[in-house]
Amino acid sequence: MTSPPTYDVLVVGAGLAGMRAALSAHQQGASVAILTKVHPVRSHSNAAQGGINAALTDRGDKWEDHAFETVKGSDYLADQNAVEVLAQEAGQDIISLEHMGVIFNRNEEGRLGTRRFGGQKRARTFFVSDFTGQAMLHVLYEQIMQAKLPVYEEWFVTSLVKDENGHCAGLVAFEIRNGTFSLFRAKTIIMASGGLGRVYEPSTNALICTGDGMALAYRAGAPLMDMEMVQYHPTTLKGKGLLITEAARGEGAYLLNKHGERFMEQYAPTMLELASRDVVARAEQTEINEGRGINHCVLLDCRHLGRTFLQERLGQIYAEAKTFANIDLAEEPLPIRPGMHYQMGGIKTDTEGRCWDTEGNWAGLPGLFAAGETACVSLHGGNRLGANSLLDTIVFGRRAGQCAAEYGRTIPSPSIPEHRINEDQHLITSLLAREGPGERAAAIRLAMGTTMNRSVSVFREQEGLETAQQRIQELKARWPAITIQDKGQVFNTGIIAALELSFMLDCAEAIIAGALTRTESRGAHFRTDYLDRDDEDWLKHILLYHQTENEPRIDFLPIHITQWQPQIRVY
Amino acid sequence: MQTTLRIRRYNPENSQPATYFESYELEVDPSDSVLDGLIKIRETLDDSLTLRCSCRGAICGSCGMRINGHAALACKTKVVSVAPEGEPIEVEPMNNMPVIKDLVTDMAPFWEKIRQIRPWLKPSDPPPVAEYTAPPETMSHLAGVMSCIMCGACVSDCPVLEVDKKFVGPAALAKAYRFVADPRDTSALDRLESLNQPDGMWDCTRCMECIQVCPKGVGPMDRILALRSKGMAEKMPATCGSRHAEVFTDIIKHKGTLDEPMLAIRTFGLKHVGRLLDMVPMVIQSILKGKVPLSGPLHRPISSIQHIQRLFKRVRTKS
Repeated sequence: MTSPPTYDVLVVGAGLAGMRAALSAHQQGASVAILTKVHPVRSHSNAAQGGINAALTDRGDKWEDHAFETVKGSDYLADQNAVEVLAQEAGQDIISLEHMGVIFNRNEEGRLGTRRFGGQKRARTFFVSDFTGQAMLHVLYEQIMQAKLPVYEEWFVTSLVKDENGHCAGLVAFEIRNGTFSLFRAKTIIMASGGLGRVYEPSTNALICTGDGMALAYRAGAPLMDMEMVQYHPTTLKGKGLLITEAARGEGAYLLNKHGERFMEQYAPTMLELASRDVVARAEQTEINEGRGINHCVLLDCRHLGRTFLQERLGQIYAEAKTFANIDLAEEPLPIRPGMHYQMGGIKTDTEGRCWDTEGNWAGLPGLFAAGETACVSLHGGNRLGANSLLDTIVFGRRAGQCAAEYGRTIPSPSIPEHRINEDQHLITSLLAREGPGERAAAIRLAMGTTMNRSVSVFREQEGLETAQQRIQELKARWPAITIQDKGQVFNTGIIAALELSFMLDCAEAIIAGALTRTESRGAHFRTDYLDRDDEDWLKHILLYHQTENEPRIDFLPIHITQWQPQIRVY
Repeated sequence: MQTTLRIRRYNPENSQPATYFESYELEVDPSDSVLDGLIKIRETLDDSLTLRCSCRGAICGSCGMRINGHAALACKTKVVSVAPEGEPIEVEPMNNMPVIKDLVTDMAPFWEKIRQIRPWLKPSDPPPVAEYTAPPETMSHLAGVMSCIMCGACVSDCPVLEVDKKFVGPAALAKAYRFVADPRDTSALDRLESLNQPDGMWDCTRCMECIQVCPKGVGPMDRILALRSKGMAEKMPATCGSRHAEVFTDIIKHKGTLDEPMLAIRTFGLKHVGRLLDMVPMVIQSILKGKVPLSGPLHRPISSIQHIQRLFKRVRTKS
């Protein structure tokens, strides 16, 4: 096929962060395209149920309070300059979303209403029933349709391409529908490809969340940061790990152990069920480990909220509990347990979404931007507050789009040779040429997922991490033996599964490397062999640089403190 | 439990591309969905089985397909609910759209129709400094239609689309309703006017199939009827569809039973005399079979017509 046009800004991923970035770059006058492995409305931003935080000053809220609670929630690992940006700009972004068409819940005066969420003393979470992410995603796609931005739907990226100056100048991708490879040239690339949940089994994440963007950037030389900070959500369903929104507790649901006790009274006497997620997840796991759970679960009790209220404000999880757990929330408590949910770490960026440091304090990849879960600004530090992830995608998606458009104006058109696609094409050809019976990608993925969920989860320790590290190395060694029965070019999902697996193995390796390095307990990273937070040695980020033959090279970066000195964290 | 999935397959790269059924027997858990079964086949038996899927929780809309003849999300359909006795389950790609491979369909025509209704809010300009204020009850009902995930199930099973590819279809019409009914939108009249055109809101035959198959309770047909009412309330130019509704009501009000010949004549009128003439062969056949009901002055009101008229009155005062 003929080469696609050269773009000022090429966005990879069409979830909330990607579409918000594309719209803002477009508004700056840049030529923009989006490339995504699924149709935009199939993106995983859909799954965000509960809401989006913002301190609206005309409602008597203060951005400083939101920022402080975010910093405290992060266990003081977040960069406070970034958190300040997030909290200050949140209000305007909520209003913009409303103007675009999001049908946020309203109070009696016809203004936007809020609900409570974890880790925050004030109700500042704006919401659309319990499908806030979906409602926002569809509205942003409406805006993309209105702006007529080109979207390369169902294209899969195989590598980022640098020019001879080491500037990120394009990418190689193939169209899933026909297997055709293309080289895309772009002055800037914004990685907005979401999280890596499928590295774990089970996970709340969709099957498409395979850490593609993190692995692509990592392999191209951009560092990953704070990868050990993996959030376990306190309320997930047993089995496949589907998410039950924190809004259930925000609206008043209780957590009970097998004796019917509200056990959070022991762990977080003030905030109870609405303590931050790492605290609640650890409390639940402790109850389960000490024999006060029921079949490896504790109970989420919504009965006192009443059926009408549940159907109106929590309709989706009401239906979900019925369909997937066969439980009527109005009649029975729901068995739930902590489950892998979110990656706080990701591709290191600054507050403009740049994956390189303009002052040279850390080595990155010029020309590459990142936003959303795939990025690590760092806003969430050791633990993300509920309803801050949607906000992250919108605020930092917008900022990345704007900065990429501006930066693109200052640099010449990219120059990379067409033959750069040969290597990736060859990889696929050789994958398909292998005759079976060999390894199945699915079997390796399952082994990886269960390993991670066993040893790199709510509680961690040296020996378990080292075993996991070794196991991942073994699985990596098995990857080249994968065979695919489907030899076709059209919609070959076997090829995609194999490539995604190789991305996930790199991510798993990075998560474990971070977890082994951080010899303290902070946020979601709890080491049973290092029980305390150690501000003296560990008030810093861990940067990981990819090395093909070895474990990642490790570097450190001090955290950015503006106005909140670390304190003891109690809820 | 043991189950059999009988899957309609198609691979355009085969030398003689044709569709055929392939059966897979597998062990599933009673809590498993049809999607779990399909994934199991793909991961352990045959990786060439091709489908789209992602969230597993009925929110992304990727896994729309036909299960035992009706469109559904595979992730939301439990194996035990469609095959309690372990009978084979038939799985096919969605209807009314081209098939790319196996269960993967080309959704481009679907999205083309969504774009046709100009699916974005057109609020007043410039916007207020803060949010648009609107009474909660004028907004909260929109959540029902915003929960549409664009899976294509309603379009797949729409019988009108089967015979008329140009019909804008249930998904796009439901989406259109979302804007027409949004108090912040300023172009409801324009929208209704374009929906009042041929292939628009009057082409739905009200078969209810879309309501039945929608996995999210959006009720596309209900939205279509709401659009029609709004269109009539706004005095949109009459169409055969709106006249049919009006004439139908009028005849019942005055006669108590339907005068079918008159319904056709008054609906089409002189303007659509061609469509009336199309009906001539059917009329002749009906006459020959003695099935033409009395019409016009010969069609007498029923004896208890005043009851009917009282009902009409009551409904009118109520609304």
